[in-house]
Amino acid sequence: MTLELLLPILFGGGILAGFVGSLTGLGGGVIVIPLLTIVLGFDLRYAIGAALITSIATSSGAAAAYIKERITNIRIGMTLEIATTLGAVLGALIAMYLDKKYIAIVFGCVLIFSAARTVMKKENRRDEIPASRLSKTLKLNGTYPDASGNIVHYNVRNVAGGFSIMTLAGVLSGLLGIGSGAFKVLAMDTVMKIPFKVSTTTSNFMVGVTAAASAVVYLQRGYIDPALAMPLIVGVLSGAYLGARILPKTSVKRLRLLFGIIISLMAILMIYNGITENV
Amino acid sequence: MYKIFKKLIFRLEKDADLHIGKLLRRGMLLACGTSIFGGVVYLFQHSGTTVDYSPVSGSEAFGVADSLRSISGIFDGILKFNGASIIQLGVVILIATPILRIVFSSITFIIEKDWLYVAITITVLTIIFLNMMILK
Repeated sequence: MTLELLLPILFGGGILAGFVGSLTGLGGGVIVIPLLTIVLGFDLRYAIGAALITSIATSSGAAAAYIKERITNIRIGMTLEIATTLGAVLGALIAMYLDKKYIAIVFGCVLIFSAARTVMKKENRRDEIPASRLSKTLKLNGTYPDASGNIVHYNVRNVAGGFSIMTLAGVLSGLLGIGSGAFKVLAMDTVMKIPFKVSTTTSNFMVGVTAAASAVVYLQRGYIDPALAMPLIVGVLSGAYLGARILPKTSVKRLRLLFGIIISLMAILMIYNGITENV
Repeated sequence: MYKIFKKLIFRLEKDADLHIGKLLRRGMLLACGTSIFGGVVYLFQHSGTTVDYSPVSGSEAFGVADSLRSISGIFDGILKFNGASIIQLGVVILIATPILRIVFSSITFIIEKDWLYVAITITVLTIIFLNMMILK
């Protein structure tokens, strides 16, 4: 493939990843890795390096918008970031010794899980729950403004449980080069009972940090190729900007379902390619 | 004097979120601008070349040129006006942005005298730093 053909394909892929990412919450890696490996037939390691870059771009791009609204809980993010960065070190270590066909198979399974979580995502109201002792010590309980501008107070539970799932999310991130946002939201929303809005924005903040921790390693190993990174960075940032602008005006339920199905199909192909050692 | 100092700290605290938002936006724009510029240079230097990223078996040598794997190598390349090195500088800025954000948060916690969170943010920074040192 010539360079002149590759650039527009990656630029378009980046716009799609940023656009879909900001509308559905699916991270950049979930779209970029299948695009590079299955559609373009590139080596999985280059795809992982490129995906990490996209994850950081999506996360920082969106975080700049969310912070102004004061929804992100920095204390929760920082505390759990200890778990995800430690996990990321572990994941990057495993990646050094694990054959890439197994990485492809694990990636396929994680994709299916992420797709299922995205399709089934719902924004339910919660009753006030009592705060756990650890969350008081760590000052994790907080407030956020709801749609009409009222201040909603929330408490946090099961910090230890959330911390363990976050470690797993970190391992997957270091191993696969994804932000593993779906696991982060699972830990915060389902286990720690943090409100949906706070979980998603805090997860988004954390994705950038975890991906940066893994990216320094992948850069030093030479898995981050400038010709792949450049069009993706520019594409993802423009796509995320577009998505954030039309997000308030669209119903994303069908879009989530559509991409849930597409990504599940990609996942099955990924697992198949892993088994036949074609990655 | 003390009063002025206190007022200054209060203002910093109030604006911390705003500054973090600005830092992220500027980091993104700088990373984006640097890589676009590098991309244009790269295109001039490599136009018409064919690229090959097809799978390579795990035992073979793999990855981009050594000069694109370290900060010193990247700066050497920039001095030679190498497009790939300029893009890679954009990538480094992109990776540094979320890490700088933690540094910024830890300063905010120092101002707030929240020592528990100063310790937590410094732990996260230490893990990232050790990761960089050990796993290369």
